[in-house]
Parts: sequence; C-alpha cells; structure tokens
Amino acid sequence: MFLHGYLPSILDGAVLTLKLAAAALAVSVVLGLIGAMFKMAPSKALRTLAELYSTVVRGVPDLVWMFLLFFGVQMLLNDAATAMGWAAPDIDPFIAGVLTLGFIFGAYMTETFRGAIMAVPKGQMEAGAAYGMGPLRIFLRITFPQMVRFALPSFTNNWLVLVKSTALVSVIGLNDVMYRADAAKSNTQEPFTVYMLVALIFLVITSVSNILLGMLERRYSTGLKENGL
Amino acid sequence: MIDFHLILDKLPAFLGGADGQPLLSTSDGIVMTLQLLGASLLLGMLLAIPLALGRVSKNRLLSGSVWLYTYVFRGTPLLVQLFIIYYGLSQFDAVRDSWMWQYLQDAWFCAILAFTLNTAAYTTEIIAGQIRTTHWGEIEAARAMGMSKWLMMRRIVIPSALRRALPAYSNEVIMMMQSTAVAGLVTLADITGVARRIYSDTYMAFEPFLVAGAIYLALTFLFVWLFKQAEQRWLAYLAPRKH
Repeated sequence: MFLHGYLPSILDGAVLTLKLAAAALAVSVVLGLIGAMFKMAPSKALRTLAELYSTVVRGVPDLVWMFLLFFGVQMLLNDAATAMGWAAPDIDPFIAGVLTLGFIFGAYMTETFRGAIMAVPKGQMEAGAAYGMGPLRIFLRITFPQMVRFALPSFTNNWLVLVKSTALVSVIGLNDVMYRADAAKSNTQEPFTVYMLVALIFLVITSVSNILLGMLERRYSTGLKENGL
Repeated sequence: MIDFHLILDKLPAFLGGADGQPLLSTSDGIVMTLQLLGASLLLGMLLAIPLALGRVSKNRLLSGSVWLYTYVFRGTPLLVQLFIIYYGLSQFDAVRDSWMWQYLQDAWFCAILAFTLNTAAYTTEIIAGQIRTTHWGEIEAARAMGMSKWLMMRRIVIPSALRRALPAYSNEVIMMMQSTAVAGLVTLADITGVARRIYSDTYMAFEPFLVAGAIYLALTFLFVWLFKQAEQRWLAYLAPRKH
C-alpha cells in the first residue's frame, strides 16, 4: 500500500497548511493596509512606528520570529499570569501560527500596499474629495480598485513566500503537512517518498496560485493601454 | 522579565565561545551562518551563470529543462528540499552503499547542497531576466567588432547582465541569509541552532531568540550597506544624473 496508508494523514495536514496560510494572509493584508496608511500618515510618530515594523520584521528570519513569538511570548504570558496569580493561559497553536505568520507578512504587505497606493495619481483621490466622499469611501471606491493592479505582482510573490513559510510552523507543534510527514517518515522508513509527496503538494499549491492570481492580474488590468513591446 | 544576565552570559556562544571557551574556538553561531551562506552563494553563482545561458537559449529542450529546475526549486519550500536531501536520500541502498554517503549523512554538507541548488534556481532567473533585457545596441556593437557568440557572451552580455542584476541579487542574498536559519532544524549550530541549544539548556525562550534576531537584523543591515556600496561602484553609470 502506498506509504502504508499515510497518504490521507498527509493530505489532511496539507488542508490545515492551506487553512493556516489563508488565515495568515487575511491577517497580513489587514496589517499591511494599516502599515501602509501609517507610513503615509501626516503624523511622524505613526510613520516611524510603521517604518520600524516593516524594517525589523523583514530583517529577521521567519523561523526566528516563530520561536520568539510562540515560545517567548508564551513564556512572558506565563510569567505575567503567575505574577498576577492567574492560571497560565493556553495558546492554541493554530491561532499562534496564524498570528505569527500574519505579523511577519504584514510587514511585507506594508511595502506592497504603500508602493501601490503611491502609484495611484493623487488627483483621483482629490476628485473623490471634491465629490464630497469621506476618506473611507474614497479608499473603497477610488484608491482600492486602482491600486490592486499595482499591488498584485508583489502580492502574488508575498503569498507564494507565505505558503512556503508555512512549512516551518511544525516547529511550534502544529499538525500541519510537515508534522504529518515527520510521523509518516518515522513509521514507513520511506523518507524520500514522503518528502517528495510534500514537495509535490506545495508545487501544486504554488502553481494553482500562480494561475489564479495571473487571471486576477489580467482582470484588473482591463482597459490598460499596453506599450506594444 | 527579560534576563539580561543570561543574555550577556550566553552572548559568546553565538561567536563560537560556549561554556567559557575562548571566542571562535568553534565555528558555532555567526561563523557557521556565514559559512553556509558564503559557500552556497559562491557555488550557486557558479551554477547559475551557465544555467542562465541555457535558460535564454533558443534550444527549447535546454531552456525548458532549466525552466523546470528553477520552477520546482522556486515553487517548494527550502525546508522540504533540505529534508529530501538530508533524510530522503537515505531511503535508497544504492546511495547508502556509494562513496557519496559519507557526505550525504553530514548535515553541513546536505545544508550547503540544498541551499546551493535553491539559490542557484532564483539566481538563474534573475540573471536570465537581465540577459534578455540587454540593450540591442550592445549586441550589435559586439557583432560589428566581429566577436564570436561566446566571446560576446563572455565579454559583453554576461558582465553587463551581472551588473544590472545587482539590485535583485542583493534581495536574494538577504533572503538566503535569513533562509539559512533552517539549518538549525537539522542539528547544525548556526545562529538559530545556537539559540535553540540555549533554549533547551535553560528553558528560557525569549532571550536567546531575541539575541539571534538582533544578530540577523545587524547582518541584514550590513548586507544592505555592502550592496549599496557595490551598486555605487558597478552601477554608477545607470544612476540618475545629478546635474
């Protein structure tokens, strides 16, 4: 039998990996939008904060962030709880994984969105204001639909790096595809087959993402005049 | 809540001086990270230049096979690639009985092999992209001088493409430096590996990984600065005019 029946377990893990990546993407998009707005805010304090966030997070490996946030923050929470005389809180590894990855990739998204918003001509937003739209409506109706085209190539890249980074979350004890693969490896004595299967799963995810996001890119470039090269 | 004594006490461990040994008495920590990075970048570049030429070749079979290689290595996580080499290859008796086994059971060798193949894939695409966008005038001039195809590649196309690849390549180097952290997951004592060792010895998580993070951040700044110097040296002719 192929992999002694470990195939369903590994595929289960792959589903968890995908869920984790999708949830982390959502967190990172929110953080990225906030970061981009802070970076362009009139307040110097907000700009410095966003600059610090995007520089420090992108300068440290994601694996180190996972150890630092998952083990480190958990210990600090435990210490704090003990000092207050409360029971130590239990952090759900899935939530921790989502928040950690979302926090890391929010920094990359900050740069993506900042560049994309800056690429939309300022007159567009001014025109919105002249029509009496509020800041939120201007963002949703004018800035956002136009910035998507500029953001998509870098967004796609960030998503692909994020998917590949999920391979690291088994270090914080998540039942993801790498964790299942480790169990399958030990029990089947077929490490090559197991990890080739995992590689194939990731290759399918990245390939499908490339195709779908490529379609989205064409959709959002509708009406764009090409340079004819 | 942060134990600064622990940080100061364990700091030398990141420079090869654990347990009161003199600094650099082993290659643990920063030296190991830089070793892994330097070796894989050098070997990766040596692989990437010929592969990039293959990638832009008019021979479909050649360019297609190089594309497949870069596609697979860029589409899968480095950790999985490392595990296939380090754990996976032992599945085959033929590998275990061959002369290669003495190298393939060594985590250090496997890490360099995996990192080399990984960075070579990204570097190939970076260089191939720059070769494709070589200005037609440079090629025309080389032909007008009567250069053969290989002479033109060697003297004109490759040097020019490598210069223009610098900004993208600096990103790749920094990404690769951070990616070497996965070496700590296959028993190697790089910066992350040392931090994990301190964690398992002391059960303190915040301090060792804080130090590791700070070291990586400092290295990132160092590389950003170095590449800025390199760009000023080799890409000055593309900088916007200042007057």
